[in-house]
Amino acid sequence: MDADHSLSARNTVVIHPALVRVTHWINALAMLMMIASGWQIYDASPLFDFIFPPSVTLGGWLAGGIQWHFAAMWLLFANGLAYVLYGIFTGYFRRQLLPVTPRSLAQAVADTLRFRLAHKLGVYNALQRLAYIVAIVLGVFMVLSGLAIWKPVQLQLLTALFGGYEGARLVHFFCMSGLVLFIVVHLTLVILVPRTFLPMLTGRARKSEVA
Amino acid sequence: MKRRPSIDRNLLEPQGQFSREIQLLERRLFLRQSLSLGALGLLSGCEVTSASSMQTVLNAMSRWNDGVQGALFSKTTLAPTYPESAITKPFPFNAYYGVDDVRIVPAEGYQLELAGLIRDRAPWTLQQLNALPQESQVTRLICVEGWSAIGKWGGVRFSTFLEKIGADTSAKYVGFKCADDYYSSIDMATALHPQTLLALRYGDAVLPPEYGFPMKLRMPTKLGFKNPKHIMAMFVTNTYPGGYWEDQGYNWFSGL
Repeated sequence: MDADHSLSARNTVVIHPALVRVTHWINALAMLMMIASGWQIYDASPLFDFIFPPSVTLGGWLAGGIQWHFAAMWLLFANGLAYVLYGIFTGYFRRQLLPVTPRSLAQAVADTLRFRLAHKLGVYNALQRLAYIVAIVLGVFMVLSGLAIWKPVQLQLLTALFGGYEGARLVHFFCMSGLVLFIVVHLTLVILVPRTFLPMLTGRARKSEVA
Repeated sequence: MKRRPSIDRNLLEPQGQFSREIQLLERRLFLRQSLSLGALGLLSGCEVTSASSMQTVLNAMSRWNDGVQGALFSKTTLAPTYPESAITKPFPFNAYYGVDDVRIVPAEGYQLELAGLIRDRAPWTLQQLNALPQESQVTRLICVEGWSAIGKWGGVRFSTFLEKIGADTSAKYVGFKCADDYYSSIDMATALHPQTLLALRYGDAVLPPEYGFPMKLRMPTKLGFKNPKHIMAMFVTNTYPGGYWEDQGYNWFSGL
């Protein structure tokens, strides 16, 4: 391999800190388990006039789905908490995700429409920043509405904030839908710009590709 | 909390058929879960042969969640109550069988059998139970499937009854055996909760067969399947008694 193209420490920089990479992949696994088992639980009493195909659900039947959901939730929660605390207290969120201004958003939309969006690894454009912020907020609401459904008596004030038990079910469902949409867009963009993939494993990107 | 899939022998009726049924259920459960694990096996590269070790982990997590829920449970926090105008009509029927198979328990000659760690194990007639102080509640029943419905139940506060019969309230579990071969068990803290009701009425009428005549244990602090209907016998014990759905993999505590 040409020296220029190797990912040695000399000509690369770390764009994704180790904690972000580790929590990203644990989160990917935890979300996969939570969503697939959540669909299993949804199918037992659908909110709307459709069910998720059993082939994409986890658990085999309701009891299995619940077992997976209420086991994986601890992984999701502990991992998510570590990520959010890291993001807040190291300044990672502030550096990576802020600011997002209407002007920068308009600029990013215009660049996207003209196919001139810069793909500098390690720096997010305003649309990406907004998407990641929304995904984090959805994740927080997912956990809160989940707690409201799980403990509508012990945590009844939280449940009341979501409009009661049935309201919390709807919020839980729509936050899931938003996150699934995020995942679809996220994976589509990784496929379209595949050089973003390896740095999420190694943490490193070539200096020439970094802003 | 120590768990054994056994049932207190001195408390229950002939065991043979019962434990055979449990064995069959366990087999069915294992088959179902083996099927379902294919999905995760594909993405993690695990062999499906690790299904039983995965199931061990899931069971352990369910036990852990029993403990967490026991710790979260407050003896004094009351479930929200609703005005009678909020009652769901018609209130949905739900059981492990269809509405056509509802058990009809004759009122005449009915006696609630008591067993286990109880001082006075004399059986109770409906007349005796109706003579105890009565109260009612309009609360939300939440099913493990996700749906919920608001209903009105009336009857005897369960803690009053436990006191009356001299139940050992330092014991861990209260178990129930039902006329429809259903069985379940609850923790003592929930048994003593002020909203836990030995329900003899639905609405303002005698509990109809589809809602569990002659009596149902109504707990607005637990999922619907934890509220046994057609109760024929109850017992107090320190040996984990399990339950019809619990033995198939549903979480035992299932608190709200």
